[in-house]
Amino acid sequence: MLSRVAESVYWMNRYMERAENYSRFLDVNFQLSLDLNEDSNRQWMPLVYTTGDNELFFRKYNSPSKENIIHFMSLDTENPNSIMNCLIRARENARTIRENISTPMWEVINEFYLTIKSKRRFDESDMPGIAEFFKAIRNQCLLFYGCQEATISHDEVWHFALLGRLLERADKTTRILDMKYFILLPSGENTGSTLDLIQWLSLLKSASAHEMFNRFYTRITPKSIAEFLILDKIFPRAIRFCLSKTFDSLKTLSGTEKDSYGEETEKKVGVLLSEMNYASIDEIFTSGMHEYLDQLQVRLNGIASQLDETYFRN
Amino acid sequence: MLLTNYQTDSFYDEMFSEEGGIRQSYHILKSRIEGMDDKELLSRKASAEKALLSLGITFNVYGDEEEEERIMPFDIIPRIVTAYEWKKMEEGLKQRIRALNLFIQDIYGDEKIIKDGIIPAEIVYSSSGYLKECKGLVPPKGIWIHITGTDLVRDGDGQMLVLEDNLRCPSGVSYVLENREVMKKTFPELFASLSVRPIYDYPIRLRGMLEHLSDKSNPNIAVLTPGIYNSAYYEHSFLASRMGVSLVEGTDLTVRDDKLYMRTTKGLKQVDILYRRIDDNFLDPKVFRKDSMLGVPGLFEVFKKGNVALANAPGTGVADDKVIYSYVPDFIKYYLGEDPIIPNVPTYLCSREKDLNYVCENIGNLVVKAANGAGGYGMIIGPVASQKEKEEFVAKVKADPRNYIAQPVLSLSRIPTLIEDKLEGRHVDLRPFILYGEEIYVMPGGLTRVALRRGSLVVNSSQGGGSKDTWVMG
Repeated sequence: MLSRVAESVYWMNRYMERAENYSRFLDVNFQLSLDLNEDSNRQWMPLVYTTGDNELFFRKYNSPSKENIIHFMSLDTENPNSIMNCLIRARENARTIRENISTPMWEVINEFYLTIKSKRRFDESDMPGIAEFFKAIRNQCLLFYGCQEATISHDEVWHFALLGRLLERADKTTRILDMKYFILLPSGENTGSTLDLIQWLSLLKSASAHEMFNRFYTRITPKSIAEFLILDKIFPRAIRFCLSKTFDSLKTLSGTEKDSYGEETEKKVGVLLSEMNYASIDEIFTSGMHEYLDQLQVRLNGIASQLDETYFRN
Repeated sequence: MLLTNYQTDSFYDEMFSEEGGIRQSYHILKSRIEGMDDKELLSRKASAEKALLSLGITFNVYGDEEEEERIMPFDIIPRIVTAYEWKKMEEGLKQRIRALNLFIQDIYGDEKIIKDGIIPAEIVYSSSGYLKECKGLVPPKGIWIHITGTDLVRDGDGQMLVLEDNLRCPSGVSYVLENREVMKKTFPELFASLSVRPIYDYPIRLRGMLEHLSDKSNPNIAVLTPGIYNSAYYEHSFLASRMGVSLVEGTDLTVRDDKLYMRTTKGLKQVDILYRRIDDNFLDPKVFRKDSMLGVPGLFEVFKKGNVALANAPGTGVADDKVIYSYVPDFIKYYLGEDPIIPNVPTYLCSREKDLNYVCENIGNLVVKAANGAGGYGMIIGPVASQKEKEEFVAKVKADPRNYIAQPVLSLSRIPTLIEDKLEGRHVDLRPFILYGEEIYVMPGGLTRVALRRGSLVVNSSQGGGSKDTWVMG
């Protein structure tokens, strides 16, 4: 396939995944703010920190109010990572590779764009319906994945789609976990309190992981949650799961045999995956979870740029 | 109901005869429309338009940021052409394409037609579509114009005339195909009773025609697009998809050792046939426009060496020139020894002194067009222009007479069209698509373009025109 097409299908999926994650973060945080009923600045700003767009935010807005942050992350077209921008860019990528995707896939993404593009700004009167708004976004993204899964051949196009989705998802899961670090920092004294528990629960919800977590763990503790989201082998948003599927797709693309590698990206993913296969959550906590997640993000970025180099730039 | 108060206003109407009766071929359609209440017709129109928007069958409008993508307004009342009338059009178009191809080969070859005094050399050389770089070239299989969209109009007497030939990158065929799909959903019952000739095989025929240009058994074909901001991008993508070939941009391609390659995730892959949808000037910055970002450096050399087939071949634009158009009936006589089956619209050449004087004095009754204009730009319609506009245009024509032609204002035929909630007559033209491969194929039907503004004669989509499905009867 054309390198440009591979790159577009990859980014189309990254943007859709990002839009979905943002809508979930915002929704969960909105629900959490209703439960906690506390100073909204503390509640909302960690969200912006975890996306890494805090500098841009402060250049544009005076206060980290709920309204500002929701607007910034969902509709603000000057924020390159806002849901709206993700959608515009996903659709643009879809247009450039339209001949490689199915009509149902294109229709989902196009109709999604047409419904959201008329929305310009949230105000207080939108708040009662905001959960529905985020849910609709999430559902459109899931519909898109479903369509992709069911209507295009699982060939190279599909594998590049999967790579985009998995790498974005792994990155966002590290950021969700890291959010706890930003929230916890100023209030270390609350460890173990109801507040703490609600916050950890909201992390699980941010990853749509609450029910699955409950099936495998009996007690909600920071460690068990971190273990589930980082090291689980079969939960689709767990980082290890994402890396393992990434590895499978890369193997299929390069056609190399087990225990050997065809190109650098495969090697980088393989090495990281082996490390995770032999890691334990105790070690991760002892060495410092924030540092561990930081490292993971750096290495995930390294994998993404290697992929770019190998497949998109020749 | 909608048709009860319909007025033909003494124009030639595609559906109604002068006596007010319905033309034979429209009987079934008319009774179907009359059997529907107005609401139903409107709701069918609305759902047809929604389907087009959902599918993203849009074109881009330059310089309009807020609404950069629009669907081409689509009218659900089809235009019907009888088998008898179509046969004549089909033959006329084939004849014309044959003669045009011979002309292009001749002027880049021995120039017999110039030597025999049929057309002056300076007219040919001064055409902006004439590429001196093509001199001496013979493209694969001797075919230059693989895909043509010829615009036909019907005048006040009901006579079909050729308005212009589009030989460079004619667009619109995707609308024809998509409109038909929408129409099948809108009026399924009519298709059952009318035996409308199918057109769905066009992309397969297009692919077959392209394959014919290479001697390889499994040639690699690609469609070259300027990218998503081009107004016809949807069509490029649609055709690539329906043919099952790659859609490429200039940056996806590279030339190595006089061959053309595309960049894939598994390295370079040779391209044998390129259906290019960018103009000659942008094809190769080494030979034509140096600032072109859309083409591929070295492509023209690859073409000259016979290592890639380009459709349409570079240089065909010479016969697309509106001045040269006026000579096409002469070409038909000269090369084929036949009389033209479909006549041209009478045309004044401003490069002829006598014609120039006539045009300047009678501009109020004429349509004056730039020889290489397209999309409704660079033209003036005398009867609706202001005095100032006319004076300015006369000055332009006098400054560069070679670049202008004039034609009488035709009274284009009209057809009932759904305007808001009633049917009104609107002027139409017809662009059939012709493929030249092993043989010449004319798609039965074509794009009927509609001037949606009341009284307007301008059907271009960039000027607010719409389209209709065209049904050729079995």
